[in-house]
Amino acid sequence: MTIMTSLVYLLAAILFILGLKFLSSPRSARRGNWIAAVGMILAVGWTVVMLRGSFTLAGIIICLMGIVIGGVIGVIGARLLKMTAVPQMVALFNGAGGGAAALVAMAELLKLTDRHLAFHIGFPSVFAVAIGGISFAGSLIAFAKLQALIPGTPITYPGQQVVNGLLGLVILALAFFLLAMTSPAVGIIGLLALALVLGVTFVLPIGGADTPVVISLLNALTGLAVAASGFALNNFALIMAGTLVGASGTLLTRLMSNALGRSLGKILFGAFGQVRASTGAGAGVDTRPVRSGSADDIGTMLAYARSVIIVPGYGLAVAQGQHALRELADVLGKRGVEVSYAIHPVAGRMPGHMNVLLAEANVPYEQLKEMDEINSQFKQADVALVVGANDVVNPAARNSPGSPIYGMPILNVDQARTAVFLKRSTRPGFAGVENDLLYDPRTIILFGDARESLTRLAIVVKAA
Amino acid sequence: MNVQLVVLFTYFVLALFIGFEVISKVPTILHTPLMSGSNAIHGVILVGALLLAASAQAPTEVVLGFVAVVLATTNVVGGFVVTDRMLAMFKGPRSGEEARREE
Repeated sequence: MTIMTSLVYLLAAILFILGLKFLSSPRSARRGNWIAAVGMILAVGWTVVMLRGSFTLAGIIICLMGIVIGGVIGVIGARLLKMTAVPQMVALFNGAGGGAAALVAMAELLKLTDRHLAFHIGFPSVFAVAIGGISFAGSLIAFAKLQALIPGTPITYPGQQVVNGLLGLVILALAFFLLAMTSPAVGIIGLLALALVLGVTFVLPIGGADTPVVISLLNALTGLAVAASGFALNNFALIMAGTLVGASGTLLTRLMSNALGRSLGKILFGAFGQVRASTGAGAGVDTRPVRSGSADDIGTMLAYARSVIIVPGYGLAVAQGQHALRELADVLGKRGVEVSYAIHPVAGRMPGHMNVLLAEANVPYEQLKEMDEINSQFKQADVALVVGANDVVNPAARNSPGSPIYGMPILNVDQARTAVFLKRSTRPGFAGVENDLLYDPRTIILFGDARESLTRLAIVVKAA
Repeated sequence: MNVQLVVLFTYFVLALFIGFEVISKVPTILHTPLMSGSNAIHGVILVGALLLAASAQAPTEVVLGFVAVVLATTNVVGGFVVTDRMLAMFKGPRSGEEARREE
């Protein structure tokens, strides 16, 4: 590596660090993203300049075509996507990175087949193939779950943990064989294949509500796989950037699982699925009576309330009701009703996702209140209006230690004078847990599509 | 012991600490954009993919190199663009509207 290359890579690394730094504060976040992008252009651009002498004809063609095709997929995917689909798109882009890391390391290994591998090349390459493969396949499954291509509920079968454990052991044994003995091509390809299988079986049993945490974990893993290929290629830029993502991604994963109130171990190793199986018998057949109300009744109640706290959830996003919700809040505000939004840390499908969706609908920033800030105010609220949220307001998280969501911090909707739910049915939420609050005498349910209900409520409030 | 390897390992360890330190105070609302942004950064594997693809000659290398470049570019470009779209909405009401008109 020439001095110039080292210096450019150093500059890129500095820009990545600054970018991450800026990304963690709301004011500078957008600039942070751009700074990191400039770092990327520098690193990639200089690499092309550095390689100018060594391009083969095929090399030029595949590099150009690859960049054009990948760029088009990236731009179209990122621009056309609906904001509700952000989590699965991140999963997809992450999977692409993991796949690339695995392929780069695999190509490196294939150059050295049937020889005894030097440890400092062999170990990181084998690591990158395995981890990159797991990240690629796992991300695709996470995407499929969030996109509802496969069921979001945990997919479990007897002996699942054992199968996953054995797969992990086989991968370790194969990796050891490749490193200690010789490295035939079939062994290297087999390693990638096994890693892909493990990626699938590892993510399948994880519940849909936990998928974002898993995406964050896979993001960190991809970072580490990239760092490992950096060791194999002796490339400072890959090591630096990959490790940064690996470390910050791990921390972010922990922050996210804390926001869900559950340990990472529980999320990953199927405790969720097991508890569900034991309590699942009673779920779904609940026939207790609920109190439902008409849009007229509820609209009038809202119009004459002093304070209303709105609790938006993913159902709102699915119904594309953000704008209708803002209009309702606007007409309430004009009547002098005090309106605020209670944002649960994991409202939507990912921490911070709901803030993105409401910002898209131009909801004023000051009205968005985080959980710790607003929870004490529910006692004084006349109405808590829950739009398409369920698990994050389920008192079972506080009261029933046997529940799978026990321990998760929730919004104190049960303390408001009246709780109004806009829901399509009394079906349990994403976590698959029955919500007793729906059957509380102080709860009124307005059945129907969230967007239509909100529009009708706004009309009633205007007329009141 | 290979000195250069130790140097690389040093970078690795230092980057671990920086990675932990640099995002330790991130508010919850930025978790999603931060994840997406860091997701774009590990797209730096594009550098590795280019190193591989540039000198490709054997059919295996050509195929692997091509797929790796496509995947890595998708990661980089998609990652940065989607993060920017997300963050463009995190502004005051007026600029939010401007951002929408741009689209």
